[in-house]
Amino acid sequence: MTAPAPPVTPRRPIVSGTDPRFVPTLYAHVGQGGSHTLEYYLRHDGYMGFKRAVAMGPDTVIDEIKKSGLRGRGGAGFATGLKWSFMPLKDGRQHIVLCNADESEPGTFKDRYLMSEDPHQLIEGMLIGGLAMRASLGYIYIRGEYVHAAERLWAAIHEARANGLLGKNILGSGFDFDLQVHRGAGAYICGEETALMNSLEGLRANPRLKPPFPAAAGLYGLPTTINNVETFCAATHIMNYGADWHAGMGTEKSRGMKLFQISGPVKRPGVYELPLGTPLRELVYDWAGGPTEGIKAIIPGGISCQLLKWSDQVLGTPMDYESLAAAGSSLGTAGVTLIPASASIVQTTWNAVRFYGHESCGKCTPCREGISGWMVKMYEKLGRGHGQPGDTQLILDMADNIGGRSFCALADACLGPVLSSIKLFREEYAAAERGELIGAGARRWREV
Amino acid sequence: MNYFSNKQPLLNDIFSRYPGSPQGKRSALMPLLREVQDAEGYVTEDRLHEIAALCGTTATEVRSVMSFYSTYHTTPTGKYHLQVCATLMCALAGAEELWDELVSELDVQPGEVSSDGRFSVQKVECLGSCGTAPVIQLGDEGFYENVTPKRCRHLLAALRADQKPAPDNTIPVMVNSAGLQVTYSGQAAGAPVEFLRRLTDTDLPAPPPAGSEVKK
Repeated sequence: MTAPAPPVTPRRPIVSGTDPRFVPTLYAHVGQGGSHTLEYYLRHDGYMGFKRAVAMGPDTVIDEIKKSGLRGRGGAGFATGLKWSFMPLKDGRQHIVLCNADESEPGTFKDRYLMSEDPHQLIEGMLIGGLAMRASLGYIYIRGEYVHAAERLWAAIHEARANGLLGKNILGSGFDFDLQVHRGAGAYICGEETALMNSLEGLRANPRLKPPFPAAAGLYGLPTTINNVETFCAATHIMNYGADWHAGMGTEKSRGMKLFQISGPVKRPGVYELPLGTPLRELVYDWAGGPTEGIKAIIPGGISCQLLKWSDQVLGTPMDYESLAAAGSSLGTAGVTLIPASASIVQTTWNAVRFYGHESCGKCTPCREGISGWMVKMYEKLGRGHGQPGDTQLILDMADNIGGRSFCALADACLGPVLSSIKLFREEYAAAERGELIGAGARRWREV
Repeated sequence: MNYFSNKQPLLNDIFSRYPGSPQGKRSALMPLLREVQDAEGYVTEDRLHEIAALCGTTATEVRSVMSFYSTYHTTPTGKYHLQVCATLMCALAGAEELWDELVSELDVQPGEVSSDGRFSVQKVECLGSCGTAPVIQLGDEGFYENVTPKRCRHLLAALRADQKPAPDNTIPVMVNSAGLQVTYSGQAAGAPVEFLRRLTDTDLPAPPPAGSEVKK
């Protein structure tokens, strides 16, 4: 599925952010004064990657992306170069590249700062993608709540247009490409690629049946490829520093750098750029300073991932697609959240279930009735201390009738925290069936 | 009075972002709803009809789309519409207590506007600010982040005096002036971006072998 390993890897791969060879690139300029302006970006060799892509030509660009081992950073981890190669070559239709900037998976907040602090990096990545996929139009679908990031993107696009970096015959390359921003309005499901396309077309954001896949018929029925913000930004740096550089970081099947986010009771929550394969322990302790209170569980990649129990063994897990899958969860968006020992797992899961219940689009019955209806009600009952014997089993039976039976992945995403929390913390569910909740009512809102 | 009748440049700008086809015209639906909502605080039935006519669809269709999203309102909102993120990461930082405080302090329930017309409140799902939780978004504007009890009191006092504080855009992590990420203990790690050799357009990989264009 991914690109083969480079033929000769003379040096051992970089799998720690403290490795002296590791260089942050995606966030290298985030937070530096004026980093969002074209002037700053050009001063730091901006749009050189695009120039190199033009010199390479579309097919070589796709080969380079394949060789780099880049996988989609939005959560699914599909090989980016392969995805780009699915676009039809010469079909005479207009091709579209879409950027998924909906970033609505709870625990995920990396793209927001990429867009507000370094928007030209994304524009350059979309130019590279557009060139490789013979597209002439791009849309950035940004979640409505990111007002500041959207303003910065618009300003950057206007700057790029005024300087011949978007429009006709960009930098004399003969390549035409224009870019637009479309703001969402608060719906998690818009992160699903086909729901996003419906939303952009001014429809209710229900997911579409696949096939046809977006590369055959996507936005407005035209060949479309959609990637996450971070994926496009990574493409910029692969053009800047080469596929071998990117493939020199991470593990065998998970290559490159990744933006890890950490939230919950931890000393220094935030976004850290680290190579894939960095141990969870390094992120939690070396970068984020360790927990501020006792921890019992960890969500490794956004709220839809299975919980993992807080243990030495789990902390030793390298954060890459394969290792986290082997540990019983997934890398997802790499949004790590710590769950304190003082919080009730049942109430924590209730919060997640309520989120999915609210965000279900209502298209299919298993999700609409199963998640928004029954699952939310069962958790409300347990979470409010009205649990009865058999409630946990009923939740498991319901999950059996929801899992794998819904139209899109939203309902299955909800079952991630539900099933893993029951599996790992059955005793808390048993207590909740007796009306007992750990740490319920504890005050968490305090002065820092 | 139609909202958009004297705003032709704005309409031109919005419609120019999408293809000229009927499908493309319909894409303007969400930006148009946003314009009305931002200007009037909510979207009335008359505005639905106006937007429907502009996008070449029906008011029922516009209502259907509008009801799908949580940031459009069919009832009036206060001058300051406070949206509190209640999803897990903010809940772990006390968002429920923050919400209780707002509701009791402002004496307003979701869907209502406070008697002075200033405040309305809404509990929303993840705002994407988990590193700076808990967080409040003001209308279609900025975020107030790390809202401790003290910061909450200051925010409400400022809004009551109609002195809207500048929103936070706290950037949680950045490289230091030497371009290095710094660990929690203060140790600089890795190397700065200048350390990497930037390839140029004369520094290209070997072209793909002949016949490799067939990719499927």
